[in-house]
Amino acid sequence: MTWIFTFFQSSIGKKILMATTGILLSLFLATHLLGNLMLFGGAEMFNNYVHSLANMKPVVRFAEVILTLLFLAHIISGIRVTLENKRAKSISYKISPGPETTKLHSRSMAISGSIVFIFLVFHLQTFWYSFQNMHSADADFYDVVINSKVGYNNPLIAGFYILALLLLALHLRHGFQSAFQTFGVGDSRYKSLIETVAVFFWLVIPLGFISIPVYFGFIK
Amino acid sequence: MKITVQAWRQSSPTSAGEFVSYPVDNVSEDMSFFEMMDKLNNNLIRQGKDPISFDHDCREGICGTCGIMINGRAHGPLKGVTSCQLHMRSFKDGETLVVEPWRANSFPVIRDLVVDRSSFDRVMESGGYVSVNTGGVPDANATPILKNDVDLAFDAAACIGCGACVATCKNSSAMLFVGAKVTQYALLPQGQVERKNRVSNMVAQMDIEGFGNCTNTSACEVECPKEISVENIARLNREFLKASF
Repeated sequence: MTWIFTFFQSSIGKKILMATTGILLSLFLATHLLGNLMLFGGAEMFNNYVHSLANMKPVVRFAEVILTLLFLAHIISGIRVTLENKRAKSISYKISPGPETTKLHSRSMAISGSIVFIFLVFHLQTFWYSFQNMHSADADFYDVVINSKVGYNNPLIAGFYILALLLLALHLRHGFQSAFQTFGVGDSRYKSLIETVAVFFWLVIPLGFISIPVYFGFIK
Repeated sequence: MKITVQAWRQSSPTSAGEFVSYPVDNVSEDMSFFEMMDKLNNNLIRQGKDPISFDHDCREGICGTCGIMINGRAHGPLKGVTSCQLHMRSFKDGETLVVEPWRANSFPVIRDLVVDRSSFDRVMESGGYVSVNTGGVPDANATPILKNDVDLAFDAAACIGCGACVATCKNSSAMLFVGAKVTQYALLPQGQVERKNRVSNMVAQMDIEGFGNCTNTSACEVECPKEISVENIARLNREFLKASF
């Protein structure tokens, strides 16, 4: 087992852990979005969907445990890598290298990730936590998401969701492709395929999520 | 041209440094950046002051000795050249040039703009070599190698080890350097004997030296005077994974 420990202690091993957990979390986002889009189908459709999830509680709970572990691994190794990297350059330049050498989304992973994390805590505390206490068969989840004090009809909430999701898009803009570079396939014949799939994950999925607060917060 | 050089002055590795501004008059735009620095140093010597120390050797862009951060750009603003191949025509009359040493904890400052890059040497010692059978000189073309592999290996071998990749990287990561060195051996038949040990040892030594973790910002590729591609970092990751599992 020591070789596994040594592997994840190495700089490349740490990045492999970031990349693997990041990609798995992106896959979760895709399934999460599919569920959320039911909101456009109206209250009955969305409530039926949440009830059907409640009916397979053990599966959902198992997935939640896995997701929590993925998030923790991603966040802890992210903090570790960031701190180590700051330590590797303790004296900074008077004029730091800027946009001529790196893209904003590549430079700001720690900041975009941190704000997305704050959003995640808020998101879980409002929607997820509320859902856990709704057990009756006629519970109206749609009402919580749309019309409650923390719902999308509050423009402040909707605005916060849009901002956080834009930062998530920025985070994935770098993260998704970067993961495949870390896996060592960034230079292969799959490069153009990876770039195409990356657009789906960093642009299409976040836009799908953003469409919900935009529609229910500002259009409807 | 009239140039103001704002240079980092530090008399020893342990002393505190500071920026000092020096005006340089009558600079020709055909001068190289280092000829301008020579002119400035001549002025300083005439005034009885310490000249600014900076590393330079061949001044032909091939030895990898020089390396200066100019206005936040490793080797200055020109693409694909070392500091010595930069000419004053790349700057404007009256411009102030902020001149700093490479900043990375693995490259400690020795004096002024000179840094200690022996961490790179120790990474090379850990695996940057091949086993050679002694005996007669092998016949030319006795070992056939694919053209594509030769080209990629040669592109990687163009690395002169100047350290610009580490200097510009916000994480002070040495992945482009190590990626280039691992690639030049991994793609050629001569490098196969130590292939797995090489990548494991070089990455381990790179971590011991305190270089940061690569976050794939690709700044290194932009600033590399030999235009080494970050594809070499992908190959390094792949080689490391293959050697680990």
